Amino acid sequence: METIGSQVILYIIAAVMVIFSVMAVTTKHLLRSATYLLFVLFGTAALYFQLEYEFLGAVQVAVYAGGIVVLFVFSILLTQGLGQNKEKIKVRKLLLALSAAIIGAIVCGYSLLTHIFPNSKYDMGGEITMERVGEDLLGSGQYQYVLPFELISVLLLACIIGGIMIARKR
Amino acid sequence: MDNNLTTMYIYLAISGIMFFAGVYGFIARRNMLAILISLELMLNAVDINFAVFNRYMHPTVLEGYFFTLFAIAIAAAETAIAIAIIINIYRNIKNIKSDSLDKMKN
Repeated sequence: METIGSQVILYIIAAVMVIFSVMAVTTKHLLRSATYLLFVLFGTAALYFQLEYEFLGAVQVAVYAGGIVVLFVFSILLTQGLGQNKEKIKVRKLLLALSAAIIGAIVCGYSLLTHIFPNSKYDMGGEITMERVGEDLLGSGQYQYVLPFELISVLLLACIIGGIMIARKR
Repeated sequence: MDNNLTTMYIYLAISGIMFFAGVYGFIARRNMLAILISLELMLNAVDINFAVFNRYMHPTVLEGYFFTLFAIAIAAAETAIAIAIIINIYRNIKNIKSDSLDKMKN
């Protein structure tokens, strides 16, 4: 199964993602926050590559790192300016947020550790060919996804029109 | 516990920490763009979970894979609309702090 090398790479990706996702929500500068988000999204793409889901990793890089982060940076520069984009966090809100996150993490961790998973079938899977992805995405049989695919295309069209309508100057 | 499951726990731990970092940011921060960034973190953590459970528990089918694919597309659409709304709000009240936004219509 997995070699030592891929285990080491997984630990490195894990460390990068944990550190940057915590920094993305704690840093005061919004532009830095967006940059850390970019690192986290690249780390997620690396995780997909680790899982041998290459197409998913490519989509993650193209859509998130290429599209969404650029949108974030644009809108931060449009609304904040470079200088005065610091914000203070109230103590009450800080405590509320910390307790919500920690209690949620404890509940999740408890249920994860007490749940007994069946044996992993990792070795039964392998690399997914592009033919398989294409046939499943555009087939109309069972476990095939042409209907959501078409719905997504309509959704994206509606989203383009809506974005223009909302953000245009009146 | 076999070796594959241990690796799966590492993936789940990463996505869990990401998700609750997102929860923290979503509640604590006041800038709407920061809230949106936290939301992206949460969505991303859920996507990782779908892919990991698909790969480690049911690798012969691709349900989680396609769910992640569609979730990424919907997240992109949602972010674009949210940023359009935020820019519109900025035009109206000249800042994007969530607690200074108390009117739907002026």
